[in-house]
Amino acid sequence: MADKSIVKIKVDNLKKNFEDLEVLKDISMEVYKGEVVCVIGPSGSGKSTFLRCLNRLEKATAGKIMIGETDITAKDTNINKVRENIGMVFQHFNLFNNLNILDNLTLAPVQLKKCSKEEAVSRARQMLEKVGLSEKEASYPSQLSGGQKQRVAIARALCMQPDIMLFDEPTSALDPEMVGEVLQVMKDLAAEGMTMVIVTHEMGFAREVCDRVIFMDGGYIVEEGTPQEVLLNPKEERTIDFLNKVL
Amino acid sequence: MIKIITVYGTMLLVAMGRTLLLALLGLFFACIIGMIFGIMGVLKNRVCNVISQVFVDVIRGVPMIVLAFFIYFGIPYFFNTIIGGFSMTLTALQAGTICLALNCGAYMAEIVRAGILSVDIGQMEAARSLGLTYGMAMRKVVLPQAIKTMIPTFINQFIITLKDTSILSVIGFPELVNTAKNVQANTFMSFQTWAIVGVMYLIVITILSRSAKVVERRLNVGR
Repeated sequence: MADKSIVKIKVDNLKKNFEDLEVLKDISMEVYKGEVVCVIGPSGSGKSTFLRCLNRLEKATAGKIMIGETDITAKDTNINKVRENIGMVFQHFNLFNNLNILDNLTLAPVQLKKCSKEEAVSRARQMLEKVGLSEKEASYPSQLSGGQKQRVAIARALCMQPDIMLFDEPTSALDPEMVGEVLQVMKDLAAEGMTMVIVTHEMGFAREVCDRVIFMDGGYIVEEGTPQEVLLNPKEERTIDFLNKVL
Repeated sequence: MIKIITVYGTMLLVAMGRTLLLALLGLFFACIIGMIFGIMGVLKNRVCNVISQVFVDVIRGVPMIVLAFFIYFGIPYFFNTIIGGFSMTLTALQAGTICLALNCGAYMAEIVRAGILSVDIGQMEAARSLGLTYGMAMRKVVLPQAIKTMIPTFINQFIITLKDTSILSVIGFPELVNTAKNVQANTFMSFQTWAIVGVMYLIVITILSRSAKVVERRLNVGR
């Protein structure tokens, strides 16, 4: 459950342009410790760009983003240190194709000297067990199904023992029968108190698991609140329009 | 034909050895040059991109025979006569190696650049999102995948370089073509001489391309 006394992510007046295209116009929000926030909205609304700004895969054009006590929009911030504490899961999994599953999980902890090789391997095995894929540690990514790849991707992020997890449409590239297994892993993670920001089209999941839903459109946050408020009793016309189309 | 083989066989084989030596030396430095300029071509740094592009354009835009003359005759003349005070000489092997390395290096740079760009951007993003630096991500994730896709083009380039050594006969390096010219001059048997030389190239290149195919197949295991 969310602990409102500790702010994990604080975004102030974030703007992001790609050349002449304004993708994010004026975003302000915060995420508390242990909170699960779902970001929904039509495609092109800027939700993925917003998420990618949170670990500076996209550089903010203007505004300020605080991760814990660190301002990641400041020039002298070592972004690599900050990223060690923010796990990210991508729509297309992005497992390292040249490495087997175990090496996918241990690469970053070992390279960044977070722990010894032995510790990294034992933690990687724990994480694989957690996502139910212990028997796959010697396989290569190309040998796994989409759902399995995404569970490995989540395990890989968890091996860095992050404080925050970002999910960028984690189930959008999956066959329908594989969505459930990935959502289950995410539910377990939420139940353990992980702080999560999830861009998703899974309205059922948003309603069931999220503490707060943010509806974005046209580069702005149009509406935010509990799933009850936003998904069941939306006030804004654009939210109602969108929900009518997807539900 | 028999006479050429019995009398000049050893001489031609030694010349073939020199051809291979020159090709390998040229290729070795070409790999280094290609890696450096290829990576400079993909860095997020305008200056590096421009340097890489200019290098590739200049070398590709000049015929190798001109480059060979320029390095062998032009460069020492520049230092010794135009600037003055130097007494620089380049051996045919040194000039030939530099020439091959530059020429092949430019093509290798393009192969490396294209190879890196062929790796999905998501691989780099995933590595960076875990906290790895750009260099670590490049070394551990992107380059290993890029090199795999580069291998077939790389083999092709290797064969081209081996054949290009024949151009360096013009600066007097006693490689296979240059030696064969002498054999022809001594025997007047041009048909037989050039047929033998052609077959010698063919055999070496076939062996190389076949064994390269085997290496390529081995590397693809587990993909």
